[in-house]
Amino acid sequence: MSKQWTAVIEPQNKLFDLKLKEVLKYKDLIWLFVRRNLKTRYKQTVLGPLWFVIQPLFTTIVQTFVFGSIAGLSTDGLPQFLFYMAGNVPWAYFAACLTGTSNTFVGNAGVFGKVYFPRLTTPIATVITAMLNFLIQFVMFLGFAFYYMAKGANVNITYVAMLTPLIIIQMAMLGMGFGIIISSMTTKYRDLQVFVSFGVQLWMYATPIIYAASTLSPKLYKIIMLNPMAPIVELMRYGWLGAGTTPIFYWGISWITTFAVLFIGIIMFNKVEKTFMDTV
Amino acid sequence: MDEKLLNENDLAIKIEGLKKRYRLGVIGGGTLRGDIESWWARKRGKEDPNAKIGTKQHEKNETFMALDGIDLKVKKGERLGIIGHNGAGKSTLLKLLSRVTAPTEGKIYLDGRISSMLEVGTGFSPELTGRENIYLNGAILGMTKDEVDRKIEDIIEFSEVRQFIDTPVKRYSSGMYVKLAFAVAAHLDSEILIMDEVLAVGDMAFQQKCLNKMSDVSKEEGRTILYVSHNMNTIRQLCERCIVMDHGTVIFDGDVEKAISMYLGFDSDEKPARYELTDSKRPSDFHGSKIHITDFTFSDKETAVFERTEPLKFKVGFDAYDNIKGLKMYFSIYASNNICAGTAQTFEPICDVTSGKHYDEEFRLDISNIIEGDYYFRLDLFSADSLGRHLSYDHPSQVINFSIVDSYKKGIAFKRQYTGSVMLNEIERVNVGL
Repeated sequence: MSKQWTAVIEPQNKLFDLKLKEVLKYKDLIWLFVRRNLKTRYKQTVLGPLWFVIQPLFTTIVQTFVFGSIAGLSTDGLPQFLFYMAGNVPWAYFAACLTGTSNTFVGNAGVFGKVYFPRLTTPIATVITAMLNFLIQFVMFLGFAFYYMAKGANVNITYVAMLTPLIIIQMAMLGMGFGIIISSMTTKYRDLQVFVSFGVQLWMYATPIIYAASTLSPKLYKIIMLNPMAPIVELMRYGWLGAGTTPIFYWGISWITTFAVLFIGIIMFNKVEKTFMDTV
Repeated sequence: MDEKLLNENDLAIKIEGLKKRYRLGVIGGGTLRGDIESWWARKRGKEDPNAKIGTKQHEKNETFMALDGIDLKVKKGERLGIIGHNGAGKSTLLKLLSRVTAPTEGKIYLDGRISSMLEVGTGFSPELTGRENIYLNGAILGMTKDEVDRKIEDIIEFSEVRQFIDTPVKRYSSGMYVKLAFAVAAHLDSEILIMDEVLAVGDMAFQQKCLNKMSDVSKEEGRTILYVSHNMNTIRQLCERCIVMDHGTVIFDGDVEKAISMYLGFDSDEKPARYELTDSKRPSDFHGSKIHITDFTFSDKETAVFERTEPLKFKVGFDAYDNIKGLKMYFSIYASNNICAGTAQTFEPICDVTSGKHYDEEFRLDISNIIEGDYYFRLDLFSADSLGRHLSYDHPSQVINFSIVDSYKKGIAFKRQYTGSVMLNEIERVNVGL
């Protein structure tokens, strides 16, 4: 006589059991987390939701001034303001996915220590929140792009722009992949928490955000393009502004990296999720 | 419970050989550098720079078994109480059941969804309104949005905070907060509910309401409830079976009253007739300095079990370190539910004591007014001065246990929670107007 049990709790999960089905069952929770994240972020602030666009706008203005006007870096013949914003908006999104999810375990230890729900719901909600932020900022970017176009600047939307939805999803996967790897490791090594914010900053310099990839030497170009974010930013910029390079081959490599990172991330995450309460 | 009669299909929970090990002390170096240093040192066969001085490697990995082999079966619809002293492993068990952390060894089989209320209000977001938090908390506890939609009116009604339901919960009083949180938890649909001290907060009326609600869902909907509490009265009210845990194992499984007696230190199989009290703790340094009780013995007994009609006969031995006149004794007898049944005392002085001498005094006490059950008391030797002021000389903290059995019951059945522990004298009929 053997009985059908609804759940069996064992010391260890199977290594490759990603438990994505269970996450799907909690999709209502994911949406509620997203709503909470959006609602609580700018509550009791004077500017409220305006903050969604202020951050990338001011970063772009400062970069235009420092790197464009003072340093005079090349922007592939594009209006400096548009060039920097085209790099900034996706980068801010990627950085938000990464830093937001990198704190999953330590930041939610209070809730995780009391109730079980698939832990992966929290980073997924963080990423979706970041995605909604990004869309608002992206619309702002498009507004500026059309404005410059109307003014007669040399800005063209190309077919590459059609890749945008794929790229948006890819950045979420990549950011979350790295984020949950770090969050899995921070349960034991708090060093990484400190590392994340300035690591992301350094990474930005390895990505063609404030400089044009076309100005790099061929050798350096190859190295930089191995950075999974580099082809993404280049393609976005080429797609919507029509200048720069189209590293489709490197984009393929970037996808392989993305899948690998996310896969390793989820495996590590699921492994740590079982017992992290004992070490956090 | 007969294991063989228990059909597997009637079980909601089956636990087999469950163990949970924790490492003692600081886990890891805490920093990546520390771990790499240790690893590098081991690689080269050198001493670990992060090991504490004087500890060997194998001692560094000292572990602690929070759960040391638990086997347990819980039937569907059963309301199981879990009691035990702090550190007995109760919370660890519930944590494993609610999947907050994983076991080191063993398996837990569950039939039905499980919801834990380890701490109510988990996941409440202060900026959100009460209504929004109901949805969020419900989802965290495993409800879908549709389920919450269907129950939201009941939840708000139960929570008694309808007036404030669209106010951010950060403006709530702590009582309102708890009520709302419990209301959500109480309306969960899951077949197995885990509760850990959730009722410790909230006012008495609300506590009672929650207990009734829990009883109802269990009886009417056949839900299984696991309830951990240090409040024996709530255990009595809610549970029909109880386990006692100690040092990570289950030491008793069965009747609620027996479990409670055992937890409170009244194991009826082990009621010693003699106590050595020389080294017992005292409430203060003064106690035991002038008079020191050395031992206590129930006369002519192997175990301290008495027939109700039989007098309590006992000897008290004590050393005197001062000359004291008019030494007296009293003790309050407590029933196993920690409620005082009454106080016995010597109205006349026992004796005048002289410094440096040992005394063995024998006493008897009529206990025929006390109903069947388990009791305990702590001795107190004191003197009263001419103004009636009471000065306690010695009061060993060791409790002295005894049981009363009543083989010749008369009248109605006495049950402590309804009748009290003291049987008053018979009501006599007075014939008038003959």
